[in-house]
Amino acid sequence: MSKAAAIFKKELKDTFKNKTILIQFLMFPALVPIMENAVRIDGMPENFFVKLFASMYIGMAPLTGMAAVISEEKEKNTLRVLLLSNVKPCEYLLGVGVYIWTACMLGAVVICAAGGYGLRGSLVFLSVMAAGILVSALIGAAIGVWSKTQMMATSVTVPVMMVLAFLPMLSMFNDSIAAVAKYTYSEQISILLNQIDAPRMEVSGVWVIAGNGLLAALLFAAVYRRRGLE
Amino acid sequence: MSYVIEAEDISLSLGKKQILDQISFRVGEGEIFGLLGPSGAGKTTLIKLLTGQLKQDAGYARLLGRDTGGLGAAEHSQIGVMMDDLGLYERLSVYDNLAFYADIYHISRGKIEELLESVGLYEARRRAVSKLSKGMKNRLSLARALMREGKILFLDEPTSGLDPVTTRQMHEILAGLKKKGVTIFLTTHNMYEAASLCVRVALLNEGKIIEQGRPGEICRKYNDLNLLRVTLKSGEEVLLKNSPASALRMREYLEQDAIWAIHSTEPTLESVFIELTGKEWI
Ligand SMILES: Nc1ncnc2c1ncn2[C@@H]1O[C@H](COP(=O)(O)OP(=O)(O)OP(=O)(O)O)[C@@H](O)[C@H]1O
Ligand SMILES: [Mg+2]
Repeated sequence: MSKAAAIFKKELKDTFKNKTILIQFLMFPALVPIMENAVRIDGMPENFFVKLFASMYIGMAPLTGMAAVISEEKEKNTLRVLLLSNVKPCEYLLGVGVYIWTACMLGAVVICAAGGYGLRGSLVFLSVMAAGILVSALIGAAIGVWSKTQMMATSVTVPVMMVLAFLPMLSMFNDSIAAVAKYTYSEQISILLNQIDAPRMEVSGVWVIAGNGLLAALLFAAVYRRRGLE
Repeated sequence: MSYVIEAEDISLSLGKKQILDQISFRVGEGEIFGLLGPSGAGKTTLIKLLTGQLKQDAGYARLLGRDTGGLGAAEHSQIGVMMDDLGLYERLSVYDNLAFYADIYHISRGKIEELLESVGLYEARRRAVSKLSKGMKNRLSLARALMREGKILFLDEPTSGLDPVTTRQMHEILAGLKKKGVTIFLTTHNMYEAASLCVRVALLNEGKIIEQGRPGEICRKYNDLNLLRVTLKSGEEVLLKNSPASALRMREYLEQDAIWAIHSTEPTLESVFIELTGKEWI
């Protein structure tokens, strides 16, 4: 087994015993089917909760998951022992990153199923989710690497998460927020998700997502060069 | 003798503080070498340096002939490290902690059971680490350090916080490893442990090695600390130098039948430390 795969497996075992992470992974996927079935208001758009919660899920789960796992391993010095065992930082980050991404994609599949999309719709939905989760995971990794303790990580993730997760919702009600929000990937993801059922999609938002992804990667690289995994 | 750990004139400052000051020593293959010093002396820092987790400002350190600044896979596979904070996954079980490292090292599952037996944790293998006692956690961390059967073990205070029985168990495990030819570098602030377990010790105080050698030799070197404590029948206690100069006084006491008990107070590593630093231990 490669070292990254061993780390993936360890994270999987740990998730079931780690309530904070588990809640992050499960909350929205569990809420979506319940809300879709329970709340029916006249004039409410089709799949309202699917789209709303999917974009909130992207802003929260990968970000907190990544930051919490990395910062905890730094704080408890388990990462130091791993690095002493000749595990390379890239192998570690790959193992954790792929795990968080996969776990969040499972959640995305559940949310997608609740939307009852057709094949094309589902593919678009999951591709958008895959890209969004990746960007969030990169930001979460940057926060995790920057933080020396889990407390430090939380104090950064909470505001970042709030902004990312609530921008799409706030911009529904406020035009000036919408004007700024359109440059963020979470808003563009929300816009894309809202067009899934439309006959023609306006895909220019993909460039914003890609640009945000590039920025997140650069942010991560800068933080990593500064702090390493020590 | 070939040396597996060598340190020469190592100095290190962190921030403005000098943590290690011109440290020199060598550890031969198969030795148990004890680094003995009070809290804050710099023991953990020195282990970090010897295992490549920190870099010294001056001097050199070598592990298996390789500069510790550039340890690679070959050297890492030859060392097992147990740090003072253990670095265990608290939510995972005893078994899963070792299984994870077995995956990392490509070691078979059979080896895990064998290791658990050898440190007496087989019965507790399904318990979450967070539910273990300090002694059990220490032994689990030791089991992980033993996993690759490396030539050198670094153990940072393997018996701190353990009761006498658990300490004895740990000593038996370490003595067994020494028989197999494993070199052990351990830190401790228990001088009895150092004296009974270690072939050689170094006394570390405020980042300096103030004395090193075989425990017995160190103690004999400070023989002038060797006193005779004579308790007289009157209840009075007299301290006499263990030297010919005291013969007359002793003879007087014996002739007067005044002696109730005589104790010799050979120097211990502790009294040597106190003599050299003027400080009480810890
Ligand atoms: N990262 C750091 N920055 C600055 N000072 C440090 C750092 N790490 C340790 N020190 C200082 O270095 C000194 C030696 O610390 P070290 O942990 O090596 O002591 P020790 O002998 O292992 O003590 P103990 O028996 O309590 O474990 C202490 O005074 C400590 O405050
Ligand atoms: Mg220490």
